[in-house]
Amino acid sequence: MAAITLENLTKTYAGGVTAVSGVDLDIADGEFVVLVGPSGCGKSTLLRMIAGLETVSAGAVRIGAREVNRLEPAERDIAMVFQNYALYPHITVRQNLSYGLRNRRIPKDEIARRVGEAARMLEIGPYLDRKPRALSGGQRQRVAMGRAIVREPAAFLFDEPLSNLDAKLRVSMRGEIRALQKRLGTTSVYVTHDQLEAMTLADRLVVLRGGRIEQVGTPLDVYRNPVSTFVAEFIGAPAMNLLPAQIAQERLRLPCGAAVAVPSCLLPRAEGPVTLGLRAEDLRLASPEDAAFHADLSHVEELGSQRLAHLRLSGHSLVAAFDKGVALSDRLALAFAPEAVHLFDARTGLRLGAP
Amino acid sequence: MQHKRTTFRHRGLPYLLLAPQLAVTGVFFLWPAGQAVWQSFLREDAFGLKTSFVGLANYTKLLHDPQYLGSLHVTVIFSLATAALSIVSALVLALAADRVLRGPRVYTALLVWPYAVAPAIAGVLWWFLFNPTIGILSYALRALGHDWNHLLDKTDAMVLVILAAAWKQVSYNFLFFLAGLQAIPASLREAAAIDGAGPVKRFFTIVAPLLSPTTFFLLVVNVVYTMFDTFAVIDATTEGGPAQATNILVYKVYRDGFIGLDLGGSAAQSVVLMGIVIVLTVVQFRFIERKVTY
Amino acid sequence: MVENRRFLDILAHAVLLLGVLAVAFPVYVAFVASTHPSSDFVSGVVPLLPGSEGLATYREVLAGGGSTQMSVPIALALKNSLIMALAIALGKIAISILSAYAIVWFRFPLRQLAFWAIFITLMLPVEVRIVPTFKVVADLGLLNSYAGLSVPLIASATATFLFRQVFLTIPDELMEAARIDGAGPIRFFRDVLVPLSQTNIAALFVILFIYGWNQYLWPILITTDDSFTTVVAGIKRMADVTDGEPRWNDIMATAMLAMAPPALVVIVMQRLFVKGLVETEK
Repeated sequence: MAAITLENLTKTYAGGVTAVSGVDLDIADGEFVVLVGPSGCGKSTLLRMIAGLETVSAGAVRIGAREVNRLEPAERDIAMVFQNYALYPHITVRQNLSYGLRNRRIPKDEIARRVGEAARMLEIGPYLDRKPRALSGGQRQRVAMGRAIVREPAAFLFDEPLSNLDAKLRVSMRGEIRALQKRLGTTSVYVTHDQLEAMTLADRLVVLRGGRIEQVGTPLDVYRNPVSTFVAEFIGAPAMNLLPAQIAQERLRLPCGAAVAVPSCLLPRAEGPVTLGLRAEDLRLASPEDAAFHADLSHVEELGSQRLAHLRLSGHSLVAAFDKGVALSDRLALAFAPEAVHLFDARTGLRLGAP
Repeated sequence: MQHKRTTFRHRGLPYLLLAPQLAVTGVFFLWPAGQAVWQSFLREDAFGLKTSFVGLANYTKLLHDPQYLGSLHVTVIFSLATAALSIVSALVLALAADRVLRGPRVYTALLVWPYAVAPAIAGVLWWFLFNPTIGILSYALRALGHDWNHLLDKTDAMVLVILAAAWKQVSYNFLFFLAGLQAIPASLREAAAIDGAGPVKRFFTIVAPLLSPTTFFLLVVNVVYTMFDTFAVIDATTEGGPAQATNILVYKVYRDGFIGLDLGGSAAQSVVLMGIVIVLTVVQFRFIERKVTY
Repeated sequence: MVENRRFLDILAHAVLLLGVLAVAFPVYVAFVASTHPSSDFVSGVVPLLPGSEGLATYREVLAGGGSTQMSVPIALALKNSLIMALAIALGKIAISILSAYAIVWFRFPLRQLAFWAIFITLMLPVEVRIVPTFKVVADLGLLNSYAGLSVPLIASATATFLFRQVFLTIPDELMEAARIDGAGPIRFFRDVLVPLSQTNIAALFVILFIYGWNQYLWPILITTDDSFTTVVAGIKRMADVTDGEPRWNDIMATAMLAMAPPALVVIVMQRLFVKGLVETEK
């Protein structure tokens, strides 16, 4: 077990493209950190630099006390789970699990013990003598996990390990990965583009954008206090509603012309345009006289437990989440609590006011 | 040029891995080819005592040599006739094999083995069949009123080498046509049938256009085959005769170089042949690239 | 099948049968000729039914001494052919898989140049550069040797490209997983790449074995000593008789023996053969 430290980590490719720039991050021993962001944000490159599969252009990677920049992947005491599992197709599951151990000249009985234990933990005992081809996607995923576990590494690195599974399996494997990591207490870095996966797995989320860290925090912290419109839109489903608004006379003027009061701690120093953020679940139906604004119903998505109302407000679309069974008319009167308001700089997209 | 996302970081190892191939390529391919180019600018005197640089003289001599031009003519006829014969018969067989429901694999097995027969052996077999005194086919032809003798008659000799060369190549073309036919989705032909196209019309409107890339590919491959690999067919049968009637370019390079000992002239011919192969290879690769982008 | 037309089905079978017969006919005649005593060829036409002298002819040919032109038994020529074909096939596979490995999994200066040097061999068939290549082999003292028969033919761009193609389809992650598992380049090659390429190696072997076995011009040039001649090259010497008729039964028996090994390889390994043929042309 070990902590992982990234210092001003930068990756510039030969062509001059910078994939990761100046990333500083401390990952505590035993922590489960998820790197999340849209494709091209540098999350995979970052993980591959920790693994040693990409060279480091500038900065440092430390695993435990050692700087590992120049070490081969095998010398870094890490294990990695790949999106396509990368199992060796020509040898059995057992040989797949033990290949890395044999390369490290670990004694036979120790290999057998570790493989047996991993097989029991992951319930892949019955398949040990099959080849990967004969396994289902979920089983292959378990074998890939097993190959990481038998190494007993200082850290697990996961590169979108659930992306190739169907939705149902993904949810159950997600739970298993989290339980396994809790039990083993191994430091883990997990890359995904799926914000829900990120929210449910992480001790801490690292949201990346354009090769830089946009925000680091616990899932709830990031959900509640996104530092920018980018994070606000990326984390949470449905995405946070963003509307152009104006600050005038300490009140917030909506695109439809309605004005509402906002907590003074959120108010920017200058008057002018801002971006208003509202979570779908923070919108509620109100009586016409209490309503902050009125919006036209365009259509309703039925999720069973919830009804997602897609609305039009002066040419902008927004989404509101209501409990099941709530009756919706063609024109809705809506309100929201002042504390539910997120304000962002209209130009930079950065959060305004105290976090 | 493509390589893997992650590569090994060794400095010396890749050179070590490439060394055997590069050594063989350098010693037995590039160096001799360079020698041929160099030689083609030289001329030895009659006694092999003095070698002098003559520039392009060997080439201009070639272009004015009626024997060389004759050889070029013979090569074109031989190549095109062999390619046409083997491609057309292979196409007919492949269409039939694609149609039969029972036993296509057995037919395939029975049709493809001539690929394994050496061109030299193919030549010997056909030479024997047409042997003017005891050959069974020449006997049959005599019965039909044609006095076959490929040792004397230029046309007979040409027909003989074309048959021998094409016979061996049919299996290769057959395999590629069959693969091409089987790659045509059944739904296309069904749609055409529903549209009222009969088998003949279907062939010309649906199958033939879809097979045209394969046909073009085979045409190039067959021309390369007839220009170079058929050396053995010629040497085992007519040895270029009678009266140069089957003296194709490759054979002439060999005769002039090894038997005529005209090194400069032979080298110039080699260089011309290299030019032809390079053009054909480029055409083939252009074509493959185009196929990939489709 | 789009529609049921009995006529077309029968026609298809008829065409195929005709094709099979046309393809087999020369070989059948050769076989028949090999079973008759040589006296049967002195007059008239070749018989169409097998004779009774077959075993004797084959025994005589294999043991040698029957022919006026070949000083060595065909058994020796067959052995030479086998050695040459195996050396060429295995040699080509070995050097090609190594160079493809270097080109795909390493980045190094001159990589592009190496690729082109290999590529250009496609454009230099042995027939084209025959005189200078002969001279190189002679200068190296390789005339009349197995090395001279095989080494100059084992550089192959086709095989290198095939392996390169195969390697490019292997997912990047496999090598990455192997590296994390502590496998260096040599171990990865031995433990993962070679086992994964098995079928391609086998398919290529079939094609290259036939290629090597059927070489003609090269062995003729390189071997002046009959004890190194191959069966395909040797048959010409048997047929080249200046006085009198060639011994047709011996020649045809030799032809049968020369055809049998590669034809058997094609028939027995038809699936691998087709795979090899189609893939080397991609």
